[in-house]
Amino acid sequence: MNSIIYLDNAATTPVVQPVIDAMVPYFGEHYGNPSSIFYSVGAEAGSALSAARESVARSLGCEPSEVFFTSCGSEADNWALKGTAHRLGAKGKKHLITSCIEHHAILHTMKALEKDGFEVTYLPVDHEGFVNPADVKAAIRPDTALVSIMFANNEIGTIEPVEEIAQICHEHNVWFHTDAVQAVGAVPIRFKEMGFDMLSLSAHKFNGPKGVGALIVRRGILPDILIEGGAQERGRRAGTENLAGIVGMAKALEIAVGSLEEKSKKLSAMRDALQRHIETMPDVTINGTKGDKRLPGTLNVSFEGAESESILLFLDMSGICASSGSACASGSLDPSHVLMGIGLSHALANCSVRFSFGVQNTPEQVETVCKALDEAVAEVRRRSAIYG
Amino acid sequence: MYSEKVMEHFKNPHNLGELEDANGVGEVGNAKCGDVMKMFLKIENNIIQDVKFKTFGCGAAIATSSMATDLIKGKSIDDALKVTNKAVVEALEGLPPVKVHCSVLAEQAIKAALADYYRRQGVDPEPIIGKMEEDCHHCEHGCCEV
Repeated sequence: MNSIIYLDNAATTPVVQPVIDAMVPYFGEHYGNPSSIFYSVGAEAGSALSAARESVARSLGCEPSEVFFTSCGSEADNWALKGTAHRLGAKGKKHLITSCIEHHAILHTMKALEKDGFEVTYLPVDHEGFVNPADVKAAIRPDTALVSIMFANNEIGTIEPVEEIAQICHEHNVWFHTDAVQAVGAVPIRFKEMGFDMLSLSAHKFNGPKGVGALIVRRGILPDILIEGGAQERGRRAGTENLAGIVGMAKALEIAVGSLEEKSKKLSAMRDALQRHIETMPDVTINGTKGDKRLPGTLNVSFEGAESESILLFLDMSGICASSGSACASGSLDPSHVLMGIGLSHALANCSVRFSFGVQNTPEQVETVCKALDEAVAEVRRRSAIYG
Repeated sequence: MYSEKVMEHFKNPHNLGELEDANGVGEVGNAKCGDVMKMFLKIENNIIQDVKFKTFGCGAAIATSSMATDLIKGKSIDDALKVTNKAVVEALEGLPPVKVHCSVLAEQAIKAALADYYRRQGVDPEPIIGKMEEDCHHCEHGCCEV
């Protein structure tokens, strides 16, 4: 496995050993149901759940009672949007605002809500991928229930002005949700200080396990229930808790937040080294923003005339895993809505590659990638009917 | 995701390049869809003496271009016109469903190059080749409006 250079950490990340170690006892040894409080096996599980909740709250700067565990980031997004729409829609607030570059967990949920009679405003972004807070302000109406803007974009890494947008929402008595799935564990987040009403996160993006996430919900905010059933999560989200996953998420978050500055420096140094190399290559475009308002590990590039999937296949032959927002690679035949959203042409969007760094990557790997990338792009362009 | 045969042609495409003395050149697809195929034919006495291609596109686009050139090289025009996208897919031991449109492009590239050959000879290609679809009109995904 050492020969593999994994540069797709925005897709998912490997679970680090301390997290695995923290999780293992909760499969076989402490197997109790946290809701079974009248015997020790269940009570132990219950304490572990409380400890994990407190830990997540410390890591994110919120109250333990504001942490609601979910099965993934998509569930958290669905809950925030549908729960708010149905809660406030009943009071006549049937308008929602989001951006055109959100994750599909947001966009497809918004589309579903449109079918249910809600009206959604999709705000544009500029060529670097930034939402303009003034656009949010202008879009807010008396019947606006919720604004949902992602903390950071998954494809280009652009970090949105979410604090400013949250402030605007509060001034207009509108709830604010942020999909922080890419940002949690990558950049500093203090839920309360930043003025959020709801925030979604997903463990597998910060070296935790897959299948567990959370929705942080400010006290005083009450979205309708999405998953009905038992009284778990204080009656707000039914289903026996994925205790091992939750314990793993708390541990992974603790590690990520505890080493945030160091991690950020390490990732951005590798990312910048790759970017510097790419900028010496002919006919390349760095997509999104190049400034510091970008996730430390994310780099999205278009190699003019060289189709993404072909580049990815060559990189894969060199043991390098990256991804793309091209039509072909996604299997949808439609290029990425994010790259379209920042105004890229179809042709350039179809030549895009995303490299996303993680804690397991090394500077030596960057050198290998630079070499493999030179060869891959040159070969793909040599074959290209539209280059040269 | 791809068959071994597809990867073989992707890694080492056959007949890659351009033909300086081509007497039939066809280009199909567009960069908007993510695939552009350009095919160069050198035809003498109704036989395709040489063929080359250049393709902007995914692994399947490269492999179907490569296979299509293999299937027509040294063949008569009549035989080349009988090469269907299905034949290209079968020769490649299958394609993922979402990539089948690449094989359609390969078939069209052959026909476009042959049509160009006939036009250069002062012959209307339509009665022989049929009406050429504009770009990747076969694409079922609605991404190809010109």
